[in-house]
Amino acid sequence: MAELSPALETARLILRGRPAELDAAEVALGFALPREACRSAGVSGRHALWLGPDEWLLLAPAAVADALTAMLEAATAQAPHALVDVSQRQIGLTLSGSDVEETLAAGCPLDLDLKAFPVGMCTRTVLAKAEIVLWRTDEATFHIEVWRSFSAYVRGILEVAGATVS
Amino acid sequence: MSTRYRSASGGRIDRGRPVRFTFDGRPYIGCAGDTLASALIANGVWLTGRSFKYHRPRGVLSAGSDEPNALVAVRRDEARCTPNLRATQVELYDGLAAVSQNRYPSLAFDLGVANNLMARFIPAGFYYKTFMWPAKAWDRLYEPAIRRAAGLGDAPTAADPDHYANRFAHCEVLVIGAGPAGLAAAMAAAKGGERVILVDEQVEVGGSLLDEPADGGTTIDEISARDWISQSLARLAAYPRVTVITRATAFGYFAHNMIGVIERLTDHLAAPPAGAPRERLWQIRARDVVLATGAIERPLVFPDNDRPGVVLAGAARTYLNRYGALPGKRVVVATGCDSAYAAALDLHHAGVKIAAIADVRRVPAGPLIEAARRAGLPIRFGCMITGTTGRLRVTGARFLVITEDGRAGLGETVACDAVLMSGGYTPSVHLFSQSRGKLAWDPDLQTYLPGVSAENERSAGACAGRFDLAGVLRDGEAAGSASIGVEPSRTFSVHAMAANPRGVLGALTHDRGPRAKAFVDWQNDVTTNDLKLAVREGFQSIEHVKRYTTTGMATDQGKTSNLNALAVVASALGRPIPQVGLTTFRMPYTPVTFGVLAGLARGDLFEPVRTTPIHGWAVAHGAVFEDVGQWKRARYFPRGGEDMDAAVRRECLAVRAAAGIFDATTLGKIEVVGPDAAEFMNRMYINAWTKLGVGQCRYGVLCRDDGFVMDDGVVGRIAADRFHVTTTTGGAARVLSMMEDYLQTEWPDLDVWLTSTTEQWAVIAVQGPKAREILAGLVDGVDLSREALPHMSLTHGVVAGVPARLFRVSFTGELGFEINVPADRGAQVWEAVWAAGQAHGLTAYGTETMHVLRAEKGFIIVGQETDGTATPDDVGLGWAIGKTKRDFVGKRSLARPAMSDPARKQLVGLATVDPARILEEGAQIVAEPGGTTPLTVIGHVTSAYFSANWDRSIALAMVSGGRARMGETLYSPSSTGDVPVQVVSPVFYDQAGEGVHG
Repeated sequence: MAELSPALETARLILRGRPAELDAAEVALGFALPREACRSAGVSGRHALWLGPDEWLLLAPAAVADALTAMLEAATAQAPHALVDVSQRQIGLTLSGSDVEETLAAGCPLDLDLKAFPVGMCTRTVLAKAEIVLWRTDEATFHIEVWRSFSAYVRGILEVAGATVS
Repeated sequence: MSTRYRSASGGRIDRGRPVRFTFDGRPYIGCAGDTLASALIANGVWLTGRSFKYHRPRGVLSAGSDEPNALVAVRRDEARCTPNLRATQVELYDGLAAVSQNRYPSLAFDLGVANNLMARFIPAGFYYKTFMWPAKAWDRLYEPAIRRAAGLGDAPTAADPDHYANRFAHCEVLVIGAGPAGLAAAMAAAKGGERVILVDEQVEVGGSLLDEPADGGTTIDEISARDWISQSLARLAAYPRVTVITRATAFGYFAHNMIGVIERLTDHLAAPPAGAPRERLWQIRARDVVLATGAIERPLVFPDNDRPGVVLAGAARTYLNRYGALPGKRVVVATGCDSAYAAALDLHHAGVKIAAIADVRRVPAGPLIEAARRAGLPIRFGCMITGTTGRLRVTGARFLVITEDGRAGLGETVACDAVLMSGGYTPSVHLFSQSRGKLAWDPDLQTYLPGVSAENERSAGACAGRFDLAGVLRDGEAAGSASIGVEPSRTFSVHAMAANPRGVLGALTHDRGPRAKAFVDWQNDVTTNDLKLAVREGFQSIEHVKRYTTTGMATDQGKTSNLNALAVVASALGRPIPQVGLTTFRMPYTPVTFGVLAGLARGDLFEPVRTTPIHGWAVAHGAVFEDVGQWKRARYFPRGGEDMDAAVRRECLAVRAAAGIFDATTLGKIEVVGPDAAEFMNRMYINAWTKLGVGQCRYGVLCRDDGFVMDDGVVGRIAADRFHVTTTTGGAARVLSMMEDYLQTEWPDLDVWLTSTTEQWAVIAVQGPKAREILAGLVDGVDLSREALPHMSLTHGVVAGVPARLFRVSFTGELGFEINVPADRGAQVWEAVWAAGQAHGLTAYGTETMHVLRAEKGFIIVGQETDGTATPDDVGLGWAIGKTKRDFVGKRSLARPAMSDPARKQLVGLATVDPARILEEGAQIVAEPGGTTPLTVIGHVTSAYFSANWDRSIALAMVSGGRARMGETLYSPSSTGDVPVQVVSPVFYDQAGEGVHG
């Protein structure tokens, strides 16, 4: 049965802007923002998840939140953009195990096969009646971001899904 | 074993494992591997049910999901009692308790059989013709009686204790049906290395091959049919991306190759593991679909063809070869096709006496017929079966030989204990038709076959009208190969007895007179006479005939009956079948439990229940909650046995006298950021934003493009390029979505972006004259003074040790603050404010008090005062419109003359003449008392409360031309008479608005 655990405390920022004008942000981040739909990028605990053509979810260790925000704001001062702290808007969950695809497939209608949803892919989707961000971090592990008030529901669905998977 | 009708050997049952079960309370013994139907047949039990309308005794007709008669309820306990199960699909387990349906008091002696004697008075469509008079009898007499008589089976009354699983699945090729065509298709598709799912409704794969005798002559690639099934399964198992699911019925074909499949997981187990899901709903999205759904045997339509013991010939062969159950000891075979001869031959070899084979065809020929002749079976050609004798079980069959010149010859009755019949096979095109594929009439086979596909789908085997085994396998190989884009390569060497696929359709000729009942639809008790009557009464379309006679409408959806019904109607109309049309093949293919459709959405997981960070505190303090969308919000905090009215009075007085604390976390929040933020706000909202300074707040009103109020909320300017927008709790998602829509489609040139921050912030409202004193000791580096932080302003600071956005706003008319802190710190800050407030009389209040307090101030609630047809001016918000703005969403619509008609409904206050009388929300308003209906309604009450602060009832209302009616007396009609009200200002409290500036 796939194992569900809370993700580490995380800083979360939503970065929105015109892709062509965000080079400075990439310099501050230390890596290129993913421009391909539904893909993630990152180095040393900092990640950017593509959520839309002009929207990325940045994840970083909680301790560097303020520094990262300040660095990004400074770097992008001349580029039109929006940077909004959503660290407390949502929580992270990690689901891992050999039957992780089947467990998620109890509530997520996407094709989660490794070929269709490779490691590093991320997307907004639904789990039963809740919206989530689903991000595959390795073959048998998915990271889930869910708005705080939906987290109890999402945990409940995943627990029932895990118990009825086989 | 003592079961009288068990064959000596053979079958796929486990004769070493007896299984005890009961049917209608009587104990029986079957074998592991039996179905309820096969076990009953092995025990010589044929009477399994009473028919729907005439309560005629009925027995098992088929051996599969097409069974119309043998519907039973299987009961495990009070809550686990499933009605309308087909005994032919119920797997036997130790302790199975099944009961028959539609009989009273017992199956053998049923009072409802009186309907059979009354048959002349309950013809097709009788319920359209009777129960018309007297009209008053409908409610009390006719409807209750009809409802008791209608429907099949009884649903359990206790809640379903079982769990149901759900699975979304994707595959490149989905093969539906695991008979020879499906197995061949799956093996071909598997070679592509991609995902193949093979589903079959039966316990094991093999389909029609399972009906072959173990030592029969049919071989594929030089091995027996059964060995070939095993070999095929082993081949499929070698492919890691192939999944085979049995006990899985594909019940619906949805758009874009989405197939709904129900997998039955525990119903066949004597003791299902605790907590194990009972069924699983698969929603399979397939790139390509292969339909290999086989064919359904057609009954012959002749008088008394519904007597227990009259069974489809192919089913009899299944019972013999697969289950070792003998349909009788002396049987008659009535047929219009070759395949029934195979059943006769197998039974003959099993030692059953074949009393006669009556073939309606005059000169049939073929290897099967030749084999029967060689075996010495008594065959009669050109011989109609015209009836059966017996009561609860058939005792004989009547024959009528038609002479060569077409005249009726002599009749004769042959004694027997079972009649096997076959009119040929009807391809199962249900799923193909559901996929919106076009069916085509095949004049040679006299049936509808899949024509033009609408999806990436291929039909193979019997469902495509191919009945010879070699052709079926080739078809499967071709369909499976085509599904992965390759040419078929595998060949099959088949030895099987060829059978002519043609059969007969419609009613057989008989000499039994006009009142003989020849059944077409067993489950809904529709006879040839009913269909002919419908035609005589003017029905011509088969769709109309279906509705009038109910043919094909029951839980089996006419699987065995539809084509015969069509032929009978076509014959009565004197038209060819294709001109009469075809009824729709509706999903589900077989009945589906509600439980599996509900899936995970039950109990606590029925809907997400959203709670705020302060929810735990509210629970601990006895809050009563109300549902606001998916949110649980504290409605009031009763103390010491208070009811809601008492609690709300106390809370209302406390807020205005001292202070109250309120959880406003659920308000929607959107961070609007970018150089064009102010421009965007100008275009979106009716208000003007350019001049709103950083650190200032404004009450914003949002209209739809039709000019009607959609949402409202306070907006704070955090920075020149950053606004903190709040929305109503229910409108949060809708507003964000509308804003994003405008940005992406109308104003992509604007450099501004939106982010939902609803859940980033916990929002704690502290309202009342003592609010500042309470917060004074909690803030760090914030000047709360009237001058530094006036009404409608905001600042950043630290509250109770937590960085906060502190808003000076009021929805109560009192001095008020709203503290926004990161959600995870919400409970901590709330506790700190609560503790600090105790010395000042701080009272926790809920949404009900919030509603009353805002109504005392005449503040609207979108969705309560507005109903989607109110302009800003209608609800007294005309002042908010930025008059000099070039444009905003809704501006053009608001310029229409009708939008400023003085007779529009406008927001007013109502003061009841009797101060204790509280109006009903939603009640109408009229100008004159004592009118007669229809009354001229001039408005309606939108909000009504008892105001503790004013010590009287108050109400808000939308009244035509309301603002010009100040002081007028109007009336609100109620069940206790017209309630006089006076039109007053909607602002009941502090009309000067000084409270907020305290």
